[in-house]
Amino acid sequence: MSLRSPLGRALGLGSAKAGTRHWWSQRVSAVALVPLTLWFVFSLVLLPGLDHETVRVWLQFPVNGFLAITLVAVMAYHSYLGTVVIVEDYIHTEAIKIFGLLGLQFLHVLAGGAGIFAILHIAFGR
Amino acid sequence: MSVRARPLSPYLDIYRWRIGMSMSILHRLTGAFMAIGLLALVYWLIALANGAPSYARAMALFSSPAGLILLSAWTFSFFYHLLNGLRHLLWDVGLGFERAERNASGWLVIAGAIVATAAVWMLLWHFNRP
Repeated sequence: MSLRSPLGRALGLGSAKAGTRHWWSQRVSAVALVPLTLWFVFSLVLLPGLDHETVRVWLQFPVNGFLAITLVAVMAYHSYLGTVVIVEDYIHTEAIKIFGLLGLQFLHVLAGGAGIFAILHIAFGR
Repeated sequence: MSVRARPLSPYLDIYRWRIGMSMSILHRLTGAFMAIGLLALVYWLIALANGAPSYARAMALFSSPAGLILLSAWTFSFFYHLLNGLRHLLWDVGLGFERAERNASGWLVIAGAIVATAAVWMLLWHFNRP
């Protein structure tokens, strides 16, 4: 057992680097998602129909397309932050954990990118 | 090697059930479940961009019995996670920590999520009669 004090051991090592970044980003994205998700759910529910033409025309309005892109981006980010914590909490085998975390990064960038591209395609296509 | 029975520190199941325990794990479960929902949403957007036949196929999938069960579960997960998330944000600014407040807000979140889920599906049915 070392006789050095906890303070003595920590001094000079610098911060843990990450700090409160993760926690704070999760809160900020959560707050942003409150109006965005409610707008999306109630816009869809209140549409006269959910057929292809109605939804496409709705999404082609610039405001709707812009909000939908913001929604998909923030949602993918918030989902990434949340699922990362689950992997970190329950997976203790280092190799599986690292591949799991990498997989989550790729999956969320891919999902977010695909969703945003689809909305742009609807907005500017044809 | 035989291990002598040693005293263990108390684990979860030794404590009397409190609503916060279920609220907490349900927050995580609904979040993880909605991560899958994000993929479904992206699939739906791609189908929408891909043209009417793709979209019709996606909508057929979503309105199948399994699709409707998933969509209902995603709706409930969304409202539960939203309301419980607001509960967490209130805690973050230091509000609602008293025992009575904690329990009341917990039940309020559960009731609110059920009511909101039912309301959304009733509105959906009302505005999109088949």
